[in-house]
Amino acid sequence: MTRLQFHLVSAVGVLLLALAPALLSPFSITLLNFIGIYALAVLGLVLLSGIGGMLSFGQAAFVGIAAYATAWLTVKAGYSPWIGLVVGVVLTGLVAAILGAVTLRLGGHFLSLSTIAWGLATYFLFGNVPMLGQYNGISEIPPIAIGGYVLSSSNSIYYLIWVFLIVSLVLSANLLDSREGRAVRALRGGQVMTESLGINPFRVKLITFVIAALLSALSGWLYAHMSRFVSPAPFDVSVGILYLLMAMVGGMAYLSGAIVGAAVVTLLKNSIQDWLPVISPGASGQLEVIVFSVLFILLLQRARAGIVPFALRWLPRVQPMPPIASGSLAHRQQPERGQPILNVAGATRRFGGLVAVDNVSFEVKAGEILGLIGPNGAGKTTMFNLITGALPLNQGKISFLGQDISRRAQRQIARAGIARTFQHVKLRKTMTLLDTVLLGTYGRTHSGFFAGVLRLDRAEEARAQAEAMRQLQRVGLADRAFELAGNLPLGNQRLLEIARALAADPALLMLDEPAAGLRSAEKAELAHLLEALRAEGLSILLVEHDMDFVMGLVDRTVVMDFGAKLCEGTPAVVRSDPRVQEAYLGGVA
Amino acid sequence: MALLSIDQVSVGYDKVEAVRGVSLAIEPGQIVTVIGPNGAGKTTLLGAAIGLLPWRGRMSFDGIDLRRLDVEARIERGFCLVPETRELFGDLSVSDNLLLGGYSRRRDSAGLKQSLADVYGRFPRLNERRNQKASTLSGGERQMLALGRALMAKPRLLMLDEPSLGLAPIIVREVFRIIASLRELGVSILLVEQNARAALETADFGYVLETGEIVHSGAAADLMHDPRVTASYLGGHG
Amino acid sequence: MTGEIAAILAMDGIASGAIYVLIGLGLVLIFAVTRVIFVPFGDIAAFTALTLASLETGGRPGTVGLVAVLAVLAMAVEATALVRNRAFHRLPRALLFYLVLPLVPAAAVWFAGGTTLSMPLRIVLSLALVLPIAPLLDRIVFRPIADASVLLLLTVAVALHFALSGLGLMFFGPEGVRTKPLTDTVFDIAGLIVNGQMLLILAASIVFCGLLFLYFEFTIQGKALRATAINRIGARLVGIRPTSTGTIAYLLASLLAGISGVLIAPVTTIFYDSGFLLGLKAFVGAIIGAMVSYPVTALGAVMVGLLESYTSFWLSAYKEVLVFSLLIPVLLWRSLSFAGSEEEEAEE
Repeated sequence: MTRLQFHLVSAVGVLLLALAPALLSPFSITLLNFIGIYALAVLGLVLLSGIGGMLSFGQAAFVGIAAYATAWLTVKAGYSPWIGLVVGVVLTGLVAAILGAVTLRLGGHFLSLSTIAWGLATYFLFGNVPMLGQYNGISEIPPIAIGGYVLSSSNSIYYLIWVFLIVSLVLSANLLDSREGRAVRALRGGQVMTESLGINPFRVKLITFVIAALLSALSGWLYAHMSRFVSPAPFDVSVGILYLLMAMVGGMAYLSGAIVGAAVVTLLKNSIQDWLPVISPGASGQLEVIVFSVLFILLLQRARAGIVPFALRWLPRVQPMPPIASGSLAHRQQPERGQPILNVAGATRRFGGLVAVDNVSFEVKAGEILGLIGPNGAGKTTMFNLITGALPLNQGKISFLGQDISRRAQRQIARAGIARTFQHVKLRKTMTLLDTVLLGTYGRTHSGFFAGVLRLDRAEEARAQAEAMRQLQRVGLADRAFELAGNLPLGNQRLLEIARALAADPALLMLDEPAAGLRSAEKAELAHLLEALRAEGLSILLVEHDMDFVMGLVDRTVVMDFGAKLCEGTPAVVRSDPRVQEAYLGGVA
Repeated sequence: MALLSIDQVSVGYDKVEAVRGVSLAIEPGQIVTVIGPNGAGKTTLLGAAIGLLPWRGRMSFDGIDLRRLDVEARIERGFCLVPETRELFGDLSVSDNLLLGGYSRRRDSAGLKQSLADVYGRFPRLNERRNQKASTLSGGERQMLALGRALMAKPRLLMLDEPSLGLAPIIVREVFRIIASLRELGVSILLVEQNARAALETADFGYVLETGEIVHSGAAADLMHDPRVTASYLGGHG
Repeated sequence: MTGEIAAILAMDGIASGAIYVLIGLGLVLIFAVTRVIFVPFGDIAAFTALTLASLETGGRPGTVGLVAVLAVLAMAVEATALVRNRAFHRLPRALLFYLVLPLVPAAAVWFAGGTTLSMPLRIVLSLALVLPIAPLLDRIVFRPIADASVLLLLTVAVALHFALSGLGLMFFGPEGVRTKPLTDTVFDIAGLIVNGQMLLILAASIVFCGLLFLYFEFTIQGKALRATAINRIGARLVGIRPTSTGTIAYLLASLLAGISGVLIAPVTTIFYDSGFLLGLKAFVGAIIGAMVSYPVTALGAVMVGLLESYTSFWLSAYKEVLVFSLLIPVLLWRSLSFAGSEEEEAEE
C-alpha cells in the first residue's frame, strides 16, 4: 500500500468518525465516548509499559488526580472547566514527576509493585480526604463550554474526546519517530545497551512516565465533565488492571493497540452486561469481573501479543516514508595514525576474593586493530567492561585521548568516543535497520521530546538519516534499510550493530567476540569490513576466541591468562610463544 | 552396548546452530574427552545431553531413548552433569550441598550415609569445611564440592564440563587425579575440556570439536601428539 | 496517649503483626521457589475465615463449590498435558492428586453441612478444605507459563486475585463475618489486661514459624525447597523437580494462609474482599525481608502491624494511605541491595 493510499484510508476513517453521531444511536455514541476516554489513558500505558517497558498498574490514579482536581475546582471553587484542565494536567504532571523520580530507579517487578503501592495509596486518599467528598465523591460537575457552546450532550462532547485522542495519537507517533522516541524504544534493550549509546535511561524513563501521566490526566478531565460525577471507585487498582487488559488485548507495543484494545474491551464489557443477567440473574455483577479476569489470564497465557500484531500479518504493508536524508553531521578528525589513543595502566578488578583482572597494562594506537585474546576465564570480558565503564576499577588508570576515564560512567565514555558491540547482539528486533543505526547518532544530535512531538526536528533528523544511511552503506546493508532488525541472520545483525556503533563517530571501536557463531563466509565479510575501517583511520579493539579470524586480522595482540597479561606482540610472535601455547593447550596434568 | 550413544545430534538456539551433526559413544568404564577451543559448542553439547537444551537427532542412555526422560529422570538413572558454572547452592552448607546431591536416592538413607563418608574420604578438605557455606569456598574447593555432590547420586555416567576452569595448575593436577581415580568406582566419564593436554592424559578416547562439528577423533594417546589438535586451538589452518 | 493506651495499641499491633507474619512468610516461600508474587494469597486467608464462619453457623460454605470447580479444571489441564505427551501411565496418579484428594475434604464438609461440629473439628475442616486451592491454581494458571518473566507472572497473579474476589462475592455474599473467639480467657499481666485470643495468636504464629524453620533446617525435602529457591538449575541437576517443590511450597503456604485466616476470623470482621488488603500489608513485611529472608520478613510484618495500630489511633482514615506509601521507600531501600538484577527483555 502506498503512503498516499494509507493517508486516504485514514482520512476516510476520520470522516466516518466525524459522521458517527449522525449515523449511530445515542447509546453507541456514549460507548464511543467511553472508548475514547479509556483509549487516552491506555495510550499512555502503551508508551510507558508497552514501548518503554515499565509495567504500571497505577495509571488510574493519575486519571483520578486530574478528575478530582477539575471536579473540585469547578464545583467547590467555581472555576471554569478549562482552568480545571490546566490545573489538573499540571498537578498530575508534578505528582508523576515526583513519583517517577522516587520510583523509576527501581527495576523490573519492584517498579511494578511500587505502582500498585501508590495506586492504592491514592485511591485511599481520594476516599478519605473530606474536601473530596470521601466515598460519596463530588457530583454536579458542570459541562465543558467552548465559547458559548456547551458540551452537555454525549454527541457534543464526542467530538472533543475524539479530537483529543486523535491529536494525542499523532503526536505520540511523531514522538516515537524522533530522536528521543527512539531512545524510549531502546529502553527495553536494557541499561547497558542504552548507556553504551550515550543515552541517560533514567531521564528518558522519567519523561515517558510523565507523558503517560499527562495522557491519563486528559482522560480524567474529560471523564469528569462527561459523567459529571467523580468518586474513588473509577480510580481503583482494578481499573488500572483494566487499562492493562485493554493495552494487552490491543497490542501492547502498538499505539493503535490502545484504541483497538479500549474498543474491544468496552464492547465486550457491554455485551457481557447484556448476557450475564440472562445466564445467572442476581450474580451478574461479580460474574462480569470473574469473566474478565479469566479472559485476561487466558490472554496472558496464550496470546500475549494482542490483536494488532495479528491483524498486521493479514493487512498489506504500508510503504515506509522515504528517508529525508540530506546533509551530514559534524564528525571528528581521527587522531594521527600510530598515536596512542587508549592507555590502560595497572588495571585491577576484584570480585570478592577472586582477582579477575590483575595489574594489566597495554596501549591501543590510532589506526590499528588490537586483539585481546586468552583462554576461557582469562578476564578478557572483565577488561572489556572496565574500559567501557560497565564495571568500576579497583586500582589502576585508564585514559582515552588524553582524558582520564577511570571513574567515568558508561554514558560519558560513550560520548567521549568509544563505541562498542556486544557478544550477544543487543538489538531491538522490531526496529528497522535505519532506526537502529539512527539510535547510534543519539550522542551527536540534540532534538528533545518537545521538538520531536511537534516535528520541529526535521532538519537535524535529515542530517542524522544521511549519516545513518552512510553507515549502512559502509557495512553493505543500505538496501535493507527498512527491514526489521530481528529478521536478519546473525552475521548481518553483527554488521548492523557495528553500523550503529560507527554512527556514533567513535575514535575507538570495541568489539566483543564479533565472530562468535558466524559461518566462514560471514567471518570473511566481517574481516573485510574491519580492514576497510582500519584503512580509514579508525582504531579497533577486539576480544575474540577464533584464532584463525584474529591472527589474520590484527596488527598486535595482548594475551591474558588468569587475569594477568601474559604477553603482547604481533600474531606470529605470540603464536610461537611457549607460554601462550601452554595457556591455551593446557599445562601437563 | 554403549552406555551413552549420541547420533547425528544438532543443537541450535537463537539464530545459531551451535552443534552440527555430532556423533559419539561412551562404553561402560571408559573416560572419553571432548576437547576444542572456546566457542566450539562443547558446553552446548552437554546441555543438550542432560536435557536442558532442545536438540535434534538421536540420543540414548543405557538403551533408553533420551527423548522419554526429563532432566530429573536422567539423574535418577545415574546420568549426571557437573556444569561449567558448577551451580552450587551458595547459601547452604557444604554438607547440605552434598546431602542434596543424594536427593534422588533419599529413600536409601543407609546408602546415603555411606556415600557421604566416601566423599569426605576422597575430599578431606570438604570434610574440614563441612559446616561452611558453599559460597565461602575457594575455586578449587568448589570444584571438589561440585564433583562430590555429583558422586552422591551414585552416577553411572558422569559428564564434567571444564573441570579445570579458573583453577591454578596445581589444583588442576589434583582434580584430574581424582577424575582418573573415579574409574575404580565404575563411573564412566564424559570429560569436556579446553585444557587439551590434561584431558588427553586422563582419557582413553578423545574427540575434537571445532565450531560445532567433530573434526578429529581417536585414542587419547594418539591425539596428544597430533599437530592438527594444536592447529585447532591456535589457528594456522591457513 | 497514656502508657496504658500505648501498651494496648502495641498489643494490637503485635497481634496483627503476628498474623501478617504468617501471610508474609507464605508469600516469600512461594516467590522464592516459583518466582510468582502470589497476590491472591490474602484471599485464601479470607476464604478460610469465611469458611470457618459458615461452618460455625451450620451452613455449607461456598468454598466447597470453588474447590470442586478448581479440581475439575486442574484435572482437565493435567490430563491434556499428559495425553499430549503420551504419558498415559501417569493419569491414575494425576487423578488421585488433582481430583480425588482435593474433593475429599470438600465432600466431608458438604455432608457435615447442617450439623453442628466442635470448634477443633471446624478448624481442621476449614484448613483441609482451603489447602488445595493454591496448588490447584498453580496447576491451572501458573504452571503453563512457568518460564515467563516475573512481571508477567505478577500480572497474571493480580488478574487472578480479581477473579477470586469475584468468586468470593458470589459464594459468600457481601456480608462480613466474625467467628467466635477461640478462647475467652483473659489474663492480668502486670496490671495490663491481656486478651487470651491475642496470646493464642502470638503463640500460634511462633509455633508455626518454628515448625517451618525445623522443616527447612532438618528435613531433606525442606532443604530441597531451599535449594530450588537458591538455584533452580542446580536443583534440577540433583534430581529435584521444580514442579513438585512448587506444589509443596504452595501447600505449605496455604497452610500458613489458612491458619492466619483462622486466627484473624474472631478478631476482625472479614469480608469477601478483605484478603487483598491483608495480603498487601503482609507484603510490605515481605518486601522488608527482601522476599528472601524469613526472619527479617517476620520483623517487618510486626513493624507493619505496629504502624497500622498506632496510625489508626491518630489518623484512622489515613492508615491505609500510610501503610501503602511506606511500601515505596521500602522498595527503594530493598532494590539497592539487589545489585544489578538482570534486565528482562520482553519478546513482544
